[in-house]
Amino acid sequence: MELHISSSATKAENFSSAQLFVDPTRHTTAPLVTGGSVVGIKCSDGVVIAADTLASYGSLARFQNFSRLMKVTDSCMLGGGGEVSDFQEIQRLLENLITKDFCFNDEHIQTPRSVHQYLGRVLYAQRSRLNPLWNSLLVGGYAASQSFLGVVDLYGTTFESEVLATGFGVLLGLPLLRKAYRPDLSINEGIKIVEDVFRVLFYRDARSINRIQVATATSAGVTISEPYSLETKWDFEGFVNPRSTYDESTW
Amino acid sequence: MWNASVVAVPATESIQRPDFMPYQNNGGTVVAIGGEDYCIVSATTRLGLGFAIPTRNVCRYSILNNRVVLATAGMFADTVTLHKVIKARVKIYEEQQDKPFELRSAAQLLSNTLYYRRFFPYYTFNVLGGLDEDGQGFVYGFDAIGSGEKVKVVCNGTGQALIQPILDNQVERKQQYENKQITNLSLEEALDLVKDVFTSAGERDIYTGDAVDICIITKQRGVFVETFQLKQD
Repeated sequence: MELHISSSATKAENFSSAQLFVDPTRHTTAPLVTGGSVVGIKCSDGVVIAADTLASYGSLARFQNFSRLMKVTDSCMLGGGGEVSDFQEIQRLLENLITKDFCFNDEHIQTPRSVHQYLGRVLYAQRSRLNPLWNSLLVGGYAASQSFLGVVDLYGTTFESEVLATGFGVLLGLPLLRKAYRPDLSINEGIKIVEDVFRVLFYRDARSINRIQVATATSAGVTISEPYSLETKWDFEGFVNPRSTYDESTW
Repeated sequence: MWNASVVAVPATESIQRPDFMPYQNNGGTVVAIGGEDYCIVSATTRLGLGFAIPTRNVCRYSILNNRVVLATAGMFADTVTLHKVIKARVKIYEEQQDKPFELRSAAQLLSNTLYYRRFFPYYTFNVLGGLDEDGQGFVYGFDAIGSGEKVKVVCNGTGQALIQPILDNQVERKQQYENKQITNLSLEEALDLVKDVFTSAGERDIYTGDAVDICIITKQRGVFVETFQLKQD
C-alpha cells in the first residue's frame, strides 16, 4: 500500500485532517501519569471525599506519595483522578479564580456549586476542542449549611449525588457507598465508609495503593488529612485458596 | 526518526480518526404525548455509562416557560450544554419581546441550534412538548442534527425502538387488528400509558430505569412535575 507521511509538508495539503493529529500544542490524547479513583459521600453535617496517594506511570507505581486532594476555599475541596499534569493545570486555574475573588475583596467567593459548574464548563470546552483535560474530578463542600458533592469528567459531564466515585471506584466502590449511605451519617462514619471502599479498591484495582488522604468539609471548614496507610488483611479464604476457572465460582 | 506506525497514513484514506473520541452515550429515554388540552413530556433520570450507573438521579428536562418543556436523551454533557443555550435564548427573547416563547418558535430555535452544529453535533435526541397557540397539546421529535416534525406522540433515546410502536398503536390507533374508533386519550389515560411504557422499556433496556420525571402541561395549572419510580436493576 502506498503511504505518505503526515509531516508538516503534507499538513498544508491535508489541512483539515492532519491538523488533528500532529500538533505540538495538543497535550493529552492519552494520559501518561495517572491518578486512580476518588470517592465521596455526603454526611448529615458535611461531606467526605478521599483519594489514594498514587500517581502511576502506566503500570508502574511511579509517585507513591502524591496528593490528589486540594482545598479550594474554606468551604470547598477538590479531588482528582486521571492525568496528573492536567490536574495540576486545573489546580492552577482554581488558584487564579480564588485569587481574583480575594482581590475583589467584596465578600463574594466561589461556592462549591459554582466551582463545580466552572470546572464542568472548562472541561466541556476542552473536550469540544478535541484537547481534553483527562480527569475525573470530585467537588465537595459545605456552604450555607448545605452539603455539596458533584463530579466532572473529561467530557464535561457534571452531576451531583449523595455518593460519588470515579474510575474503578464506579464499579467497585459505588455499590458499597450506596449500601452504606444514610442521610444521618456522621463525618466519622463517612470516613470509615470511604476507608472501607479504598481497602476493597486496593485488593482488586491494580493501579491503587493502600495509602490514602481524606478531606472533610463541615461548618468548621475544609480539612485534608495527612496521608496514612490502611490496615489490610490477606488471609481471607478466597485470597488463600483462590478458586480456579472451572470451579463453580464467582468472578 | 518518525514512528512509522503512528504517522504513516494510507494515501487512500485522507481523513484519519482522532485518538480522542469526544462523544459518550449516557442513554436515557424521553416520551412526549400531546392531547386535546394537555401535553405530557417525560424523561428518565438514570445516567448510564457502559455497564455502570454513575448516578440514578439526573434531570433531563427543562421547563422553558409555563407551556413549553424540552426533554433530551443521549450524551449528558451535551444535554446540559444544549439546555443552557436554549434557556438563555428563550429568556432573552421573552425579555426583549415581552411575550411568551411559543411552542413552534421553540421548535424552530431547537432545530437551528442543532443544525448549527451539523459537523460537530450535539449528541442529543430531543423532544419538545407543550401547548400551541390554540391551546392544543402538540409535541416535536428531533434527531441529533435538527430534523424534526410536529406530531401527537413521540419517543426518543435508547428506549425508542421499544416504546414508539406501542405509542403509535395506543395513541394514534395505528396498526389495529380491527379498525377501531379513534378515541382521544384523556390526561389520566395518557399518564397511565406513559408509566406503563417506561416500566416495560426498563425491563429490556439497561439505560432506562431508576425513575422518570413526568411534566404535565395544562392551560390551567401550567407545568406540573411528578416523579414516577422505576426499577433500579
